[in-house]
Amino acid sequence: MTTHTFKPDLPPPTMSVGVLGWLRANLFSNWFNTLLTLLAIYLIWLIVPPLLKWAFIEADWTGTTRADCTSDGACWVFIKQRFSQFMYGFYPAELRWRVDMAAWLAVIGAAPLFIRQMPRKAVYGLGFLVVYPLVAFWLLHGGFLGLEDVPTSRWGGLMLTLVIASVGIAGALPLGILLALGRRSNMPAIRVISVTFIEFWRGVPLITVLFMSSVMLPLFLPEGLSFDKLMRALIGVILFQSAYIAEVVRGGLQAIPKGQYEAAAAMGLGYWRMMGLVILPQALKLVIPGIVNTFIALFKDTSLVIIIGLFDLLNSIKQATTDPAWLGMATEGYVFAALVFWIFCFGMSRYSQHLERKLDTGHKR
Amino acid sequence: MQTSVNAPRPRGSVWTDPQIRAWLFQIIAVIAVVSLGWFLFQNTQYNLEKRGIISGFGFLQNSAGFGISQHLIDYNESNSYGRVFVIGLLNTLLVSVIGIVMATILGFLVGIARLSPNWLLSKLATIYIEIFRNIPPLLQIFFWYFAIMLPLPGPRQSVSLGDLFFISNRGLNMPSPDPTGAFWPFAIALVLTIVGIVLMRRWAMARFEATGKTFPILITALAMLVVIPGLTVLIAGNPFAWSVPELKGFNFRGGWVVIPELMALVLALTIYTAAFIAENVRSGIQAVSHGQTEAARSLGLRPGKALRLVIIPQAMRVIIPPLTSQYLNLAKNSSLAAGIGYPDMVSLFAGTVLNQTGQAIETIAITMSVYLAISISISILMNWYNKRIALIER
Repeated sequence: MTTHTFKPDLPPPTMSVGVLGWLRANLFSNWFNTLLTLLAIYLIWLIVPPLLKWAFIEADWTGTTRADCTSDGACWVFIKQRFSQFMYGFYPAELRWRVDMAAWLAVIGAAPLFIRQMPRKAVYGLGFLVVYPLVAFWLLHGGFLGLEDVPTSRWGGLMLTLVIASVGIAGALPLGILLALGRRSNMPAIRVISVTFIEFWRGVPLITVLFMSSVMLPLFLPEGLSFDKLMRALIGVILFQSAYIAEVVRGGLQAIPKGQYEAAAAMGLGYWRMMGLVILPQALKLVIPGIVNTFIALFKDTSLVIIIGLFDLLNSIKQATTDPAWLGMATEGYVFAALVFWIFCFGMSRYSQHLERKLDTGHKR
Repeated sequence: MQTSVNAPRPRGSVWTDPQIRAWLFQIIAVIAVVSLGWFLFQNTQYNLEKRGIISGFGFLQNSAGFGISQHLIDYNESNSYGRVFVIGLLNTLLVSVIGIVMATILGFLVGIARLSPNWLLSKLATIYIEIFRNIPPLLQIFFWYFAIMLPLPGPRQSVSLGDLFFISNRGLNMPSPDPTGAFWPFAIALVLTIVGIVLMRRWAMARFEATGKTFPILITALAMLVVIPGLTVLIAGNPFAWSVPELKGFNFRGGWVVIPELMALVLALTIYTAAFIAENVRSGIQAVSHGQTEAARSLGLRPGKALRLVIIPQAMRVIIPPLTSQYLNLAKNSSLAAGIGYPDMVSLFAGTVLNQTGQAIETIAITMSVYLAISISISILMNWYNKRIALIER
């Protein structure tokens, strides 16, 4: 009896493995796909080389004045010269360490919140949210405890953008949670008030809200009471944003099964304890990604304060491009602004996606 | 032994009765809201009186006295503020409608490209989405307007496409159709053809339901569209006299002109919103389970038909609600026009008219009501469409 031995396997056809196989499967599988690939390559060839040439190869990086920009490419000298204005606005140069300090305190203070094993995270987080704004206000505005007063009219640049966005979200969050609870309430009057408030602010553009807060708010207030421009913008932003937060939180409240409400009621908890101890901790955890997305939208919307004459990042750049010494730098200026906004927004959206994945696992059955 | 469930509840104090407390809370809330409103109203009355502003909408009849760069209806400086309102409203609607149509087309294309098996194409679509949805729309509008449109050469050195379209820093000049004597026969023929196509489609669907026989609806419709109005052109002559823009002196005469503000606004809003719509489309298509594709294929449907008859109708149910909010966002973002001086509702009314008349409350109230009305109309329209395509459960 002879034993049968198998021949060794033949290698797969060269056309189906390796780089060639990948190309065939992903780019040239049929005539239509090939056409699309060629079209895409043409598009890339049309956009990328001129862009690289403009932004890097033919760009000017060194110098101090417009005359130093001799080549055809971008003139990054402009950005370098005006960088501090784009970051701090008209904040007095010798006091800018206070802005830096506030920023570093925010980073250092918030860092423990991102450590997963950190004990008593919620307590720390709440404490941070209460203490930090006071410290930041003292550092940025000053006027007491030995720091010189810097009026908000001198604030500007990226710093102002960040201030509006963070104060906006911090103010809108509690108001939004209350509105969401109101909208889910069993009491018809509370529900009607909340729904009207939410739908009104969601139906109008932020620009009209800013116009309203800048021209109508002074009319609404009693004589003698007045807010500065930044405060008025912040009030508008907070009211506007709270409606959006309310809708996000409502989504979280609706996702909590009815059993949780019933269990809490069966334990003898009243409404506020039921919400505070059982429902909201679960609901808010569910909507963290949604809140981050709202924050991204708010961060982009802060650029609208240009309409009421605040000098945020975009307005600082717009003003700089109209400077007679630097005419024709609009492209460089707006590309730089776009880059800054993009880094912040893209970073946050990545973080929100990461959170979504992390939080998701707990709810899969 | 049986105990009655309906036994009267032991009553504690009145304060702990949930119903009474609910009433109390609501009464307090209503009183708080009303008194806040009354407080604001009183302050406003006082402040207005002190500043000598007479409230009311009488100012709408006054002559405006300023020029507007784009008006879809006739306008001159002696017209009233009421007419300015109509012009602002029409300009806002124009931007919103063009933006919504173009963003939908671009968004669906990019969304489908993102799911394409072609690696390069799907990566390009991803890059497009990630770049443009993370840059503020106002910044994009500024970029198109200040960095692209304004530095374009003047009308004399304009870029021309086939001597019909001219792009310069005054905007896009293009030929406009002026109706001639043959216009009415043409228009009537067109309307009749469309009615005919609807009837034909209804007949074909009825036959399909009854017998299962298919009918080439699309090709027949296209043929009808070409042949019937084409015949009237052959018989009665050209329905339009095309007015081609011509360079006279320092500017163009004739044809239509799209002002640079409108171009920048539409480009920026389209590109920005399309990135969001593309993501909605992608998640909608991905939400249809793969088993549906397999089932369609095993029934013998070819890929194109499986997509059209099985996947897209189901994906649309997921896509429509977020699409609605994107449309709403675009309509609201059209108010960013104020940033570059396009004469829309906000920049005309909350800007110029407010500055001229000082009627802050009236102008802002009118502007806000317009946007509320637009938002509500889009919501109603899309909810109606959503209901029409929604899953009808047993």
